[in-house]
Amino acid sequence: MRKAMSVILAAAMAASLAACGGTSTTSTTAESTTAADSSVAEGTSAAESTDTAADGDKTGTFKIGAIGPITGSAAVYGTAVMDGAELAVNEINAAGGINGYQVEYQFQDDENDVEKSINAYNTLKDWGMQMLVGTTTSNPCISVAAESAVDNLFQITPSGSAVECVENPNVFRVCFSDPDQGAASAQYIGEHQLASKIAIIYDSSSVYSSGIMEKFVSEAANQNLEIVANEAFTAETNTDFTTQLQKAKDGGAELIFLPIYYTEASLILNQANQMGLDVDFFGCDGMDGILQVENFDTSLAEGLMLLTPFVADATDELTQSFVSSYEAAYGSTPIQFAADAYDAVYAIKAAAEDAGLTPDMSVSDLCEGLKTSMTKITINGLTGDNMTWNEAGEPVKAPKAMKIENGAYTAME
Amino acid sequence: MKTKAGNKNWGSNAITYGMVILAYAVMQAMVMSGNISSLMKGLLVPLCMYVILAVSLNLTVGILGELSLGHAGFMCVGAFSSAVFSKCMEGVIPNTMISFLIALVIGALAAAICGILIGIPVLRLRGDYLAIVTLAFGEIIKNIMNAIYLGLDSKGLHFSLKNAAALNLEEGGQVIIKGAQGITGTPKVSSFTIGVVLVLLTLFIIINLTNSRTGRAIMSIRDNRIAAESVGINITKYKLLAFTVSAALAGVAGVLYSHNVSSLTALPKNFGYNMSIMILVFVVLGGIGNIRGSVIAAVVLTLLPELLRGLNNYRMLIYAIVLIAMMIFNSSPKAIALRSQIADNWKKKHSREKKEA
Repeated sequence: MRKAMSVILAAAMAASLAACGGTSTTSTTAESTTAADSSVAEGTSAAESTDTAADGDKTGTFKIGAIGPITGSAAVYGTAVMDGAELAVNEINAAGGINGYQVEYQFQDDENDVEKSINAYNTLKDWGMQMLVGTTTSNPCISVAAESAVDNLFQITPSGSAVECVENPNVFRVCFSDPDQGAASAQYIGEHQLASKIAIIYDSSSVYSSGIMEKFVSEAANQNLEIVANEAFTAETNTDFTTQLQKAKDGGAELIFLPIYYTEASLILNQANQMGLDVDFFGCDGMDGILQVENFDTSLAEGLMLLTPFVADATDELTQSFVSSYEAAYGSTPIQFAADAYDAVYAIKAAAEDAGLTPDMSVSDLCEGLKTSMTKITINGLTGDNMTWNEAGEPVKAPKAMKIENGAYTAME
Repeated sequence: MKTKAGNKNWGSNAITYGMVILAYAVMQAMVMSGNISSLMKGLLVPLCMYVILAVSLNLTVGILGELSLGHAGFMCVGAFSSAVFSKCMEGVIPNTMISFLIALVIGALAAAICGILIGIPVLRLRGDYLAIVTLAFGEIIKNIMNAIYLGLDSKGLHFSLKNAAALNLEEGGQVIIKGAQGITGTPKVSSFTIGVVLVLLTLFIIINLTNSRTGRAIMSIRDNRIAAESVGINITKYKLLAFTVSAALAGVAGVLYSHNVSSLTALPKNFGYNMSIMILVFVVLGGIGNIRGSVIAAVVLTLLPELLRGLNNYRMLIYAIVLIAMMIFNSSPKAIALRSQIADNWKKKHSREKKEA
C-alpha cells in the first residue's frame, strides 16, 4: 500500500514537473511569435497586440519589472517601492508612454531573501521583462545584479545602498550608497561646524548602519571631528540604550550620530531625555518616519537633524503632487523608498527617450542603449534636483539636510 | 527469506534512485531544448539543496529518532567555510571544478566537526536535549557569522570581531567576511548536474548506512534503547555517527547554496531556526524515516510557493492551507481510516471484477 502510494506520488511529481515545463513552453513560444510578428510586420501586429496600447499610436509595450519584499519584516520598504513605481508607470501611460509606447508593469515579492529574489527575477524574465526597477533591499540586489549581468538586462535599484549593488555596468541606483551617506554626513557636520566631539550609536547587525558608520569614522578624521564614543547594538539588543548613551555622556559628546532606522532612534531620543542628556542628534535617511512613530513624544525630536533625499511634507510642487496622488491611490503617506522608485521609473523613461528605444529591441540592446544614455540625462526628481549618473552607476546629487522644527521638517542650509 | 527481503529493499531503493535520475533526465532534456522557464531553471539547484537537507535530516529524525532543530546551522557552517576557501583560492587554483571539490570537502568537514562537538556531550543524555542544544547552536552560529570580520593579504589571514578597519590589512588586501554584510562575490560554480550528483551521493550514503549493520544498530537504539544496550551496542558511538553524517551532509547542502548565490549573509531567513523548521516540515510531511518521501516533500514544498506566484498575496495563505491539509491527510486517525476504507473498497471491487471476468 505504502509503496503504491509513493509510486503515485512520484508519478504526480513527475507529471507536475512536466506540466510546468509544458506551460512554460507554450508561453515562450507565444512570446516569440508575438515578438516575431511585431518585428516583421509592425502594422499588421496591431490586431493581436494588447489593447493597453490603445492610447499610444504605436504598437508594442515596454515591460518594466520590480522586485522587493511585500511580506516579512521589511515589507514596508517593498510595498513603498511597489506603489511608488506603479504610480510613476500610471502617470507615464496617461501622458502617452515612453517614446509613444505604453508601459506594462509587474511587481514580484522576494521576502527580503537572496534565493527568493532570484526566483522573483526569473519569474519576471519569463513574463518578458525588459528593465528592472529593483531590488529594494541590498543583499538580494547583489545576487540579482549578478544574474542580470549575465542576461545584460538593465537594472536600476531604488534603494539597494550597499556598494556591491552597482558593481556591474548594467546596474544603476537612485539612492546614495552607504559610504556616500557616511561621508556626506561627516562633511556636512564638519563644514557647518555643528560639533567637534561626536558619539556614534549604530546597529552592527545591519549592513546599512555599519556601512555608513565605517565611512563616517574615516571621513571624520579629515574633518577634524573627534569620535569620543563608537557604540554598537544588534537587532537582539535594540531596546535599552542607556549604556551607549552613558558612554557618549562620559566622553563629553556634543552631537550623537545615529546611522540607524527610526524605530530605534525614537527609543534613543526618549532614553536620552530621561537621562537628562542635552546634545544634538544627527541621522541619515533611515530616520525618515520618526514623526509617525506611535506613542512617541514628537517634541523630543525637536532639533533633530537628518540627511535625507525626500520628506513627504516638503513644499515644492513635484513633491506635493506626488504625495497627494500617492495618498489618494494607496491611502498612506509615501516614504523615501516610494520616492526613490518613482524617480527610478522616470530615469528609465528619460534614458529610453534619450536613446530612442523601441520595445521590439532585444533586452541586451535596450540595456546598451540605456547604459550610455543614463550618464547623459539630468532629472529633476523627488529625491534631488539635477540628478545625474556617472558610469559607475552612482547618482550625483546634492544631499539635503533637514531639521525638525515645530514638529515638521524644514530644510537646512 | 533473507534474499527476498533483500530484493524488496533493492527494488524500493531502485525506485528512489530511478526517480531522481528520471527527473534529472527530463529536466536536462528540457534545458537542452530550451523548453524551460527561467524560473524553473533557477530553481533546479535550490531544489537539489533542499532535497539533500531533507534527506540528511531524516537520518537524525527518522532513523536515529532524535529531534534536531539546528540543521540550518550546519548548513551555515558549510556555506561560510567553503565560501571563504573559494574566495581565498580564487585565481590560485585555476580549475574551478577542482577548487569546488575541495570546497565541498571543507564544507562537509567543518559541519561534521561542529556535529561531533555538539554530539559528544549532548548525545549521552536521554530526552529532548539535542533539540534544545541544536536550536541554540543554529542561532549562535548565525550571530557569530554576523560578527566576524576576516581579511586576506600577503601576510595571511586577519581576524577581528570589531570592524573592517581593525583588520589592519595591507595595501591590496581583501576583506573576505564583512561582518553582517557577509561574503560577496563567491564564484558561481553550482550547477544542476553537480546538484543531482550530490543528491545521488547523499541517497547512496544514507540508504546504504540504513541497510548496513551500523544502520540496524542505529535503528535498534531508536526502537528500544535498553534492549539495544543490553545486547552490547555502544549507544553514544552510533548516535554520534548518525548525527555527524547528517551534519556533514547539511554542510554539503550549504556549499551548494553558497556557490549558487553571489551574496552570502547569515540572516534569520536563510540560516535561522525558521529554515531548520522548514527542513523538518519536509521530513515530517514526507514521512519520518521515509527517504523517498523526504525527496518528494522537499521538491513539492519548494516548488509550491514559486508556482503559485500568479496568485500574488494569496500564495502564502494557500501554502499554509496545503501544509495543514497534507498534515491531516498523513496523520489524522480519521483520515487514515478513510484512506484504508477507500483502498479496501477499491480492492474488493477489483477482485470482484476479476472473478466476474
